[in-house]
Amino acid sequence: MPGDFAPQYQPKAKAVAPLAMLGENGKLKRGAEPELSDEQALEGLRLMMLGRAFDEKCLSQQRQGRLGTFAPIFGQEATLAGTALAMDPARDWAVPQYREFPVQYRQGIPMLSLILYRRGHPDGGIIPDGVNVMATQVSLAAQIPHAVGLGWGMKLKDKDGVSVVFFGDGASSEGDFHESCNLAGVVDAPVIFLLQNNQWAISTPRAIQTGGSDFASRAPSYGFPGVSVDGNDLFAVHKVVSDAVRRGREGKGATLVEAVTYRMGMHTTADDPTRYVDPAERERWGKKDPIDRVQKYLAAKDLWDDAKASEWEAGIRDEVEDAFTKADAYAAPRAEAIYEHVYAETTQTLARQRAAHLGGEG
Amino acid sequence: MTKMNMVEAIREGLKQEMGRDESVMLMGEDVGHLGGVFRVTDGLQQLYSSRRVVDTPLAESVIAGSALGLALTGWRPVVEIQFLGFTQQCFHQINQQISRVRFRTRSSQNVPITIRSPFGGCVRTPEFHSDSMEQTFAQSSGLKVVMPANPYDAKGLLAQAIRDDDPVLFLEPLRGYRLITGEVPLEEYTIPFGELATLREGSDITLIAWSAAVPVAEKAAELAAEKAISAHVVDLRTLVPLDEEGIVAAVERTGRCVVVHEAQATAGFGAEVLTLLQEQAFYSLEAPMRRVTAPDTPYPMPGIEDHFIPNADRVLSVIEEVMADQ
Repeated sequence: MPGDFAPQYQPKAKAVAPLAMLGENGKLKRGAEPELSDEQALEGLRLMMLGRAFDEKCLSQQRQGRLGTFAPIFGQEATLAGTALAMDPARDWAVPQYREFPVQYRQGIPMLSLILYRRGHPDGGIIPDGVNVMATQVSLAAQIPHAVGLGWGMKLKDKDGVSVVFFGDGASSEGDFHESCNLAGVVDAPVIFLLQNNQWAISTPRAIQTGGSDFASRAPSYGFPGVSVDGNDLFAVHKVVSDAVRRGREGKGATLVEAVTYRMGMHTTADDPTRYVDPAERERWGKKDPIDRVQKYLAAKDLWDDAKASEWEAGIRDEVEDAFTKADAYAAPRAEAIYEHVYAETTQTLARQRAAHLGGEG
Repeated sequence: MTKMNMVEAIREGLKQEMGRDESVMLMGEDVGHLGGVFRVTDGLQQLYSSRRVVDTPLAESVIAGSALGLALTGWRPVVEIQFLGFTQQCFHQINQQISRVRFRTRSSQNVPITIRSPFGGCVRTPEFHSDSMEQTFAQSSGLKVVMPANPYDAKGLLAQAIRDDDPVLFLEPLRGYRLITGEVPLEEYTIPFGELATLREGSDITLIAWSAAVPVAEKAAELAAEKAISAHVVDLRTLVPLDEEGIVAAVERTGRCVVVHEAQATAGFGAEVLTLLQEQAFYSLEAPMRRVTAPDTPYPMPGIEDHFIPNADRVLSVIEEVMADQ
């Protein structure tokens, strides 16, 4: 190749093929060795169905003006449920962005908290004692450094927990992604960088996020492996993340997981994807529905049928409705809450400002 | 008591806190093997291992951001950002992430992090190394901003910062690192935040300063005394929390006030102090209050920085103007 560098210096022409196990027909691919038991597959299915039902309810509430802007997970359920199932809530930390309800829920955040958060109530940020989850992150990629600190901190204390940080193809363009991968590689922090490549960052397509052929292949340059997985495949996501968790527990360091999936819904409820998404593309991805294929898989094992589906849907509806009933009854925030929890103890300045605003002792 | 300079007093504070509490760890660029570019952490890695005194890659955002995660796993990270100008690379992590953890989680999580950074000019550093930006961080609600002026305060305030359950930005006057010396107790002590120190009693005019500007104010007070002007000098020591009552009392006793700081004038912290006094000490005032600060220009090249930073002569001339104002 005159005038160009030798092949070993060139980028790869083709993306790594994502690891896949469960076909769209609900059958395991040849050679697939899933680690999920039937019981876990059912748990994963319920998490996915709950996630979708919660979003549908939230969307309806948002359209009625009873809930603020939020980011639905439509289409990404398997990535989230598969990852959550690979984690041990008692020792592993989840570091969410804003599209990870099933993970937060399984780690121990009550559905009520998520509703309060989406309604703009300050108490929606409360993390229950002993729950290893960070607050929802809305500033893109800012949570990735935190996850490195969590994993590194556990390692320095000789604990075997890992941290799993969620972000998208868009956030991978931020400097914090690079700095975080770099430090994790240097200190061998047990961090799983869970990159949800859902093809869109609001209206920006994946092709504008990177000139590279994929995201997973960035990892080796930081000193750890990068794996690409079918993000709509519960079994494959669970397997890959489980391997990454084991690596972390065994002191081998970080893993980048690129979950190739598709944002079937809008970026947030403030977005209108019909302005930029090709309907044919969306339709193609619709056939890869993550919930449908697990139901087919379980039906073939006589673990799923229409009766079971109706029973579960009713149970999930009750759980969601119950959380919304609690949220409706939850006391509205007091103005005083503005002045609380700024510091461990209030300051002269805040006491004065509070008194001037709300009366009482300065 | 032992005579120490600022660097020695800060190092002594770090050493004592690390000895007292095994969860205290240091991290930053060049802090370990080298002992820091100013040798503040000299010998600490040998004493406390590379697990607790960590050399990091040159990446301020993940240094600060990972400290947040470390704090949630039970560590008390003491982060060194090599120069305050470099905090702009991690400004988001300090200003919006670290500062707000307690508030956003209603105290269900908190991050006891101390971020140390030298700041200020007149030491002929290269560009982008000399800025004073304390006012910017004073708006990072949830963050405490601590600015010692002498070795005694540096050690005691640092111990308080490390033990504090809130994040603290601890700014060290670069110009005074080796120049300013003082007696420092070898035993442990802490100095509470939000209490200004009276450095000189006076009756005619009150000079308010912090950190690097304190020696300038003190020198100006000496020069004023030669002209029979009795200046009262206070050192704020912490901008957040602010000793509002102490500031008001210090100005009420003289009725005149000059604030001195190294940062630029517009929206500098001096404006905040003077507004507080306007609201709370107005009827005690004998003359308009004034500021002596850097001008609203970018920090200049080191060859002319002495003209940018306030000096005692400039402060003296403003003192004389305020005294002449009836």
